[in-house]
Amino acid sequence: MKIENYIKALPSLSNTGTIFRKELRSYFNSAVAYVVIVVFLAIVGWVYTSSMFLINVASLRLMFEWIPLVFLFVVPAITMRLLAEEKKAGTIELLTTKPLHDWEIVAGKFFAAWMLIALALLPTLIYYITIAFLGDIDNGPVLGGYIGLLLMAGVYIAVGLMASSLTENQIVAFIVGLLLMFALFLMDKVLIFIPEFMISVVEYLGIDFHFSSIARGVIDTRDVVYFLSVLGFSLYLSVISLGRRKW
Amino acid sequence: MAIAVRNLTKYYDTEKAVNNISFDVKTGEILGFLGPNGAGKTTTMKIITCYMPPTSGSVEVEGFDIAEHSFEVRKKIGYLPEMNPLYLDMNVLEYLEYSARLHGLKGALLKSRLKEMIDVCGIAGVRHKDIGELSKGFRQRAGLAQAMIHDPEVLILDEPTSGLDPNQIVEIRNLIRQLGRAKTVVLSTHILTEVQATCDRVIIINDGGIVADGTLDQLRQDFRGSEKISLELKLPATKIVNAMTDIYPKFKEISQVETVEYGGQEGGLHKFSIHAVKGSDIREEIFRRAVSEGWVLLEMSRKATSLEEVFRKLTTTE
Repeated sequence: MKIENYIKALPSLSNTGTIFRKELRSYFNSAVAYVVIVVFLAIVGWVYTSSMFLINVASLRLMFEWIPLVFLFVVPAITMRLLAEEKKAGTIELLTTKPLHDWEIVAGKFFAAWMLIALALLPTLIYYITIAFLGDIDNGPVLGGYIGLLLMAGVYIAVGLMASSLTENQIVAFIVGLLLMFALFLMDKVLIFIPEFMISVVEYLGIDFHFSSIARGVIDTRDVVYFLSVLGFSLYLSVISLGRRKW
Repeated sequence: MAIAVRNLTKYYDTEKAVNNISFDVKTGEILGFLGPNGAGKTTTMKIITCYMPPTSGSVEVEGFDIAEHSFEVRKKIGYLPEMNPLYLDMNVLEYLEYSARLHGLKGALLKSRLKEMIDVCGIAGVRHKDIGELSKGFRQRAGLAQAMIHDPEVLILDEPTSGLDPNQIVEIRNLIRQLGRAKTVVLSTHILTEVQATCDRVIIINDGGIVADGTLDQLRQDFRGSEKISLELKLPATKIVNAMTDIYPKFKEISQVETVEYGGQEGGLHKFSIHAVKGSDIREEIFRRAVSEGWVLLEMSRKATSLEEVFRKLTTTE
């Protein structure tokens, strides 16, 4: 009985997969993917070569400080079109009249953008390899850093996707996405302006607080729960927003 | 019954787009959904295709209710939305495969359907081109191929020929007729000739309500106004004739004539147009009259009420 249920769920997974592949291919067709990959490599490379030998420590700490900043601009740029473009072009009507659930559309698009970020992070391993050759590197923070980056990107993408679901204008989607991500990013950096009793709450909401904790190489469930719940909540809102046509 | 629409009403906020309409579409029928822009055609189609729910009323497609068995309905429908939206950065083959997979096709079946649709829709030559590079005619074919890819029982086409040039329009119409042989087709248009060229039956919709429903001949019958007959007479040159006093009354004597208009004369040729009561045919009578009076009848024609007139009459609010 149970196996049958799993088999029944398979077509849904294949819908998500179909949308995932289409979106990923469209990133590469439109050169967005290459631009993102090059931007990552260039910025990280510059940060690196300009300061690594000054500090003279074999770690990727600097990279993990810079990439979250790069995310702030790159992620809204790759998520802005995901739903806004379909709404503008009217293709959303084709998609939503096919036999598939709204959440499958959102999931497929989310994973495609996430995969793109993962692929863009992949070449930065070159820096890891270089440094591992040059000095004695502590692998814990590197692993934690990469996991943290992926989780952080996941949250940003979910937020950006939600922004894209709100409008049919890609520029609006970009700006709304950027603002929301920036808010998450700044949260734990404005603590001095926050009344004392709220500090721990606001700090917990800040994405960088959790990221730096993971990037130290300590993978704490509280941090993972934070990332997954913000991510899940944003995707949930995207699905709701996509269903607004039915209101 | 392929589609059964019952008491369908749709409000956008407070604005009524569709007002309590009901109709059936029989299996295998090509139904034209005719109405001016903003009449509610697109809204009705969006509801049938499960894009959005109605405010009230129900729709069944092949026996499945759109609210309760939405997925079954969507599987049975092929839909070409208004303006034919397409992914311009995909090539034709990728696009069709994408649509097919979202309909659950895979493997050998997927391949054979792709091949069949590409052949039927005549897009073999452009299948590796990006859709953005295609002419409007080919885009429309790609859109139709997409709608047909899963071999649906019902095709819903929203203004399938808008924006095409006359040659492309003829091609797409032929294609729809050809595809429509084995399917139930509902197509919307605001162009009358479109319906005449492709449809078995027409529903005229105006201001959210159905104002006429039937075959083209039925509509012509039902909405025929008074008969109009144009005449051109040559009168004997020997007599000086005053059209108004000599001829006018003669026509008036025919029992079914309602009004007679005199269209003036030119070189001894007098023009008249005669309106007779609806459904009558007084041509024979006129001919006899002309013979007995010694008028030479050069031209006589009866003008049937055109569908164009029916349409205008039904969709303009005085």
